[in-house]
Amino acid sequence: MAARPIDCDLHPAVPGLAVLMPYLDEMWRETVARRGIDELNTIAYPANSPLTARADWRRQEGRPASTLQRITEEALEPFDTQLAICNCLYGVQATFSEDLGAAMARAVNDWIAQEWLDRDPRLRASIVVAQQNPELAVAEIDRCATDRRFVQVLLLVSAELPLGRRQNWPIYAAAERHGLPIGIHAGSTYRHANTPVGWASFLSEDYINQAGAFQTQLTSLITEGVFAKFPDLIFVLMESGVTWLPGYLWRLTKFWKGLRSEVPWVADPPATIVRERVRLTLQPFDGPPDSVSLTRFMEHMGSDELLLFSTDYPHWQFEGLAAIPHGLDPVLAQKIMVDNPLRTYARLKETVA
Amino acid sequence: MNVDVLNRSGLQAPAQSRLAIADCDIHPRPAGVGIGGVSKALYPYLSQRWREHVETIGVRYRQPWERGSAYPKGQPQACRRDAWPNGENPGSDLGFMAQQHLDPNNVAFGVLNPLTSGQGAQDADLSAALTHATNEWQVAEWTSRDARLKASVVVPYEDGATSARMIEARSGDANFAQVLLLTRTAEPLGQRRYWPIYQAAADSNLPIGIHAFGYGGTALTAGGWPSFYIEEMVGHAQCQQAVLTSLIFEGVFERFPSLRVVLVEAGFAWAPAHAWRMDAHFRKLHKEVPHLKRLPSEYMRSNVWFTTQPVEEPEPREHLVDAIDWMGWDRVLFATDYPHWDFDDPAHALPIRMSESQKRGIFLENARTVYGFD
Repeated sequence: MAARPIDCDLHPAVPGLAVLMPYLDEMWRETVARRGIDELNTIAYPANSPLTARADWRRQEGRPASTLQRITEEALEPFDTQLAICNCLYGVQATFSEDLGAAMARAVNDWIAQEWLDRDPRLRASIVVAQQNPELAVAEIDRCATDRRFVQVLLLVSAELPLGRRQNWPIYAAAERHGLPIGIHAGSTYRHANTPVGWASFLSEDYINQAGAFQTQLTSLITEGVFAKFPDLIFVLMESGVTWLPGYLWRLTKFWKGLRSEVPWVADPPATIVRERVRLTLQPFDGPPDSVSLTRFMEHMGSDELLLFSTDYPHWQFEGLAAIPHGLDPVLAQKIMVDNPLRTYARLKETVA
Repeated sequence: MNVDVLNRSGLQAPAQSRLAIADCDIHPRPAGVGIGGVSKALYPYLSQRWREHVETIGVRYRQPWERGSAYPKGQPQACRRDAWPNGENPGSDLGFMAQQHLDPNNVAFGVLNPLTSGQGAQDADLSAALTHATNEWQVAEWTSRDARLKASVVVPYEDGATSARMIEARSGDANFAQVLLLTRTAEPLGQRRYWPIYQAAADSNLPIGIHAFGYGGTALTAGGWPSFYIEEMVGHAQCQQAVLTSLIFEGVFERFPSLRVVLVEAGFAWAPAHAWRMDAHFRKLHKEVPHLKRLPSEYMRSNVWFTTQPVEEPEPREHLVDAIDWMGWDRVLFATDYPHWDFDDPAHALPIRMSESQKRGIFLENARTVYGFD
């Protein structure tokens, strides 16, 4: 690769709850010990599932992606990455206690800042928040946003309420105030069935239906008027899959034409909103099997500014270094690797030489 | 879309010169205001016990309202303003439907999909009684009076054994063209409680039509209940993505290789990307589902069809040609959704370049293959 990419979705793993203990205050340290809370790993990524870590990114010792050395050797240096955004997927959003979730979110953010960001100047991070409670989430955003190495706010795509609902708006107001995009990542707090037609049997289905969850939540954000209410806010869909977007927009646009009297605040066509305000990370791409179809598909996307380079490391989405789909136009690849991330994340520009 | 016009249907001569079409999604509805949600037009087919039940208790679905839909429609009964025969329910009068739709649009075969049939009613015996009555009503009021129309065997799908018996009872009956299920059921439709339905359908050589809507009780998104009707409507596609994934990954098409499934009224342009996604992640997770012998997309390609309405409308329109190229021109069945507001007019609904054989396939021949029309 000629250009040095900006990796917009990289997953450092909490090796064990013990590493967070120094970042919890005494009350929570005691709670963790007394109640025997030993981890908050979510069922979305079972530890030994092939999806959770690529085989060559697994080692005898320790969780994949759990040390800076491994991330450096496996993700940063092979791709010659200039900057990478850490999205820690520890399950703080899924605790039923809002206070426990908020305490864990604070610990994760402080751990990321001290153990990762302080030790490698290529790393940036998303602010993890307890989205169970927008008030607590806003407090955490305000607390972390002064550290300019935090470049966005991280939410899971499936939570208690659809993301467009007004109860979530304080989070969007805080992010907009700090100039932070909202990064929505695959994953669920499992408050509801993992498909809109009930609980699916298999992990395969859970993961495949993440794309459907992104579709429904993007519909929610658009129809509830979030883009009108927060005109400076950018949403980044992460690990969402990519190829569902055009067909989804065709359908949404058709119903917007037919039913927009129900949501009159949606003044712009959905495709225009997405083109200006929504970005998607590259992996998993879920593309067609041949490069001719890939070229045709990229025309359906209708813009060369939508995609942001990602490896999704250590999740298994591609082989070797083939993060860029085979046959993609090199000029477009350059935009995806560097230009689009820089345009999306204002804070990345502050530190790029 | 909804355009208020002055009885334009009466001005259109039956268009013999037009291509004969199969309409794979027509909605008949019993006439009259329902007591407890059941029209008196169904009373001749209900026992006294169930007539009393619906008048005192009504029909209880997994949704809040005594009558009506969970999300208010965009307009009354979600129907075209010009489709109300003398003020009666849209879709309740065969003569009116023939004059407004079947004759001018040269419908050679029409598949009836009744949506107010008690499917998904919480009381299993009531659901069985109402679906049985709806099947009897379809034959008495529709298919016995117009040979172009074919009924759906509506079944109380949450009770697989009863559903199977009702399908077997219609086996070989030329009035019926398919078994009808709704998308939103108590569990994803691939799960085993529904397999007696697929066994009976395969044994009876009847396709399974899965139509949008239903009352499963599950939040309409994995992140909770949306606010708006437009979200419900757009969301039918994501619901059917989940249904299709469930059918394939549970191994329904391995167990019933001859089963034909038609996904109705959730669009189709999402199908290629969904196939790519299923294949991509199956390649990594196939050991979880060793009962699958082929790629997910291969089951789609051999066992699943999609009706057109509401046709996606990309700009430029040619992008739709790409989508059909990717899914296969033999997979797409034309449907109007008459008399609903988002009716697709066969003269205008697919403004894309098609060869004669592609056009004949989508508008007629593919349906002949799936439903066995002759």
